[in-house]
Amino acid sequence: MTDTILKVDQISLAFGGVKALTDVSFDVKTGSVFSIIGPNGAGKTSMLNCISGRYRPNSGSIHFDDRNVTNLRPNDRADLGIGRTFQNLALFGHMSVLDNIMVGRHHLMKNNWLTGPLYWASPAQKEELQHRREVEEIIDFLDITHVRKAVAGTLSYGLRKRVELARAMALKPKLILLDEPMAGMNLEEKEDMARYILDLNEEFGITVVMIEHDMGVVMDISHEVMVLDFGKKLISGLPEDVMADEHVRQAYLGLEENEQLQEVV
Amino acid sequence: MSSLAMRPCGDFRTSYKQDNTIFETKTIRWFTALVIGLACFAPFILDAYYLTLFIQISYLGIAALGLNILVGFTGQISLGHGAFFGFGAFASAWLNTSFNIPVFICIPMAGFLTMAVGMMFGMPAARIKGLYLAIATLAAQFIIEDFFGRAEWFSGGSAGSMANPVELFGFAFDTDESFYYIALFALVFMYIWGCNLMRSRDGRAFVAVRDHYLSAEIMGVKLNKYRLLSFGISSFYAGIGGAMYAHYLGYVSAEGFTIFMSVQFLAMVIIGGLGSIKGTLMGVVFMVLLPEALEGGVGIMKDTSWGNIPMVVDGLAYIKEMAIGLVIILFLIFEPEGLAHRWQQIKNYWKFYPFSY
Repeated sequence: MTDTILKVDQISLAFGGVKALTDVSFDVKTGSVFSIIGPNGAGKTSMLNCISGRYRPNSGSIHFDDRNVTNLRPNDRADLGIGRTFQNLALFGHMSVLDNIMVGRHHLMKNNWLTGPLYWASPAQKEELQHRREVEEIIDFLDITHVRKAVAGTLSYGLRKRVELARAMALKPKLILLDEPMAGMNLEEKEDMARYILDLNEEFGITVVMIEHDMGVVMDISHEVMVLDFGKKLISGLPEDVMADEHVRQAYLGLEENEQLQEVV
Repeated sequence: MSSLAMRPCGDFRTSYKQDNTIFETKTIRWFTALVIGLACFAPFILDAYYLTLFIQISYLGIAALGLNILVGFTGQISLGHGAFFGFGAFASAWLNTSFNIPVFICIPMAGFLTMAVGMMFGMPAARIKGLYLAIATLAAQFIIEDFFGRAEWFSGGSAGSMANPVELFGFAFDTDESFYYIALFALVFMYIWGCNLMRSRDGRAFVAVRDHYLSAEIMGVKLNKYRLLSFGISSFYAGIGGAMYAHYLGYVSAEGFTIFMSVQFLAMVIIGGLGSIKGTLMGVVFMVLLPEALEGGVGIMKDTSWGNIPMVVDGLAYIKEMAIGLVIILFLIFEPEGLAHRWQQIKNYWKFYPFSY
């Protein structure tokens, strides 16, 4: 395994005249937590969509595990080991939590429309139960055992976010993309989520690319931070360095009053 | 998608296998087995009229389950299901008479043939959605209907074609009593097939495509493959149902497989409950028995002193069709989730009585 799991090179993406991303390049190291921050509309989610395959960039390339994935379909990227969660919940609302997570195992399972229905007379049952076992481990890890049979659409927001994380983890990804995993949560839920992210990074060895607005969390758990503004990369590096950068403070974090004056003067 | 609360006290699951059954509880399983067991004795008790009704429920039920897999589980739409049903009927008769293949092999073969045709006409489904797909499948309906009229080598043209009865080890299933067993077997087999499909990998993929296709794709589900496969499986069921219809009646003519039949299948699925396997069967039973009940009711009315109204007695055929339309509208307004949902609510009512939940 190489040191760099994801290599994004000179990505540009435009919707008509709107340039969502302009020449963005960055590397994500294997086993790290990489955060993308920036003001709203900076192109953070567009960047994730390019990596997960929902958008195809106009130029540039994305290499995952030394493989060019720029033109692969999203489902092929799932096979390679890229999982993601969404900013606006995207669970399968009418399925049970368990089935939702089992969908994540889709690319790891083999039974199909012919062998699946012959449940008892084919390896399907064994396979289903074996994957069920592994899914239960994820359910256990994320502490959602009490809702595993509930219909996903009926759950509370915080739980749905966790189920979504579980579903992405079920893919057995090497890289997981989290789009605002803590949006709309209270402090306690945020702390829990931060713990889950750290655990899945350290225990399961999954590399994390995360978009998050809560600077406290970003600074605490990321190894590396990248700042986007108007589709351009401002800076990337250690959290402290990024925090201290003047441009970042101007664009996103905000300047203190006396600093602002200095700028003007 | 059962909630824990529906399980009786003390019914604990200690392995994933126990937790992954088709039927929610043992009682339901044994009850279903008992009903199927008793149904085996029906020909000794019931007369041919009721057996005919059951056979009708069987072949329509199989085809309707196919449509429910497409519409209810995968979230596509098809207005051509009646034509696929007809294709299965002609295909089986054609395979049997032209190639002398035994009928009991012809029926599954007709299923696969219809599947191929269904996937061909389902190809637009990979590209278009909703109303546009409805129109594309409507085109399939008319193209296939036209094909029945013109392809004399296949369907016998306007004269229709003869279908031999099912024969197994020299025994011909040519009476209502004997065909009843084939209908029962096929119904049970195809419904178990459907239940198993929906609890294994591809069934989940179908529902995932319905509920959120974008995240389904991110989860590794090939959208186009599953949209097309859903059409294939739906047509497979339609083909099996159609083939049984052909070999039961012994004669197939193109007039029956019109858009009206397609709409009727849709009505069954909507009334029964989209996305519910047992609901499909309920819907079919309802739709088959509704006209019969009306006819029976009018028959009783006719003999009374007050009920012999010419408008009702002579207009029975129209009343039947109007009743179907009315029922669909009423269901859409009052119970859009179908009979399956109503049944669940009745069960909940008894379960939690005297509390409402």
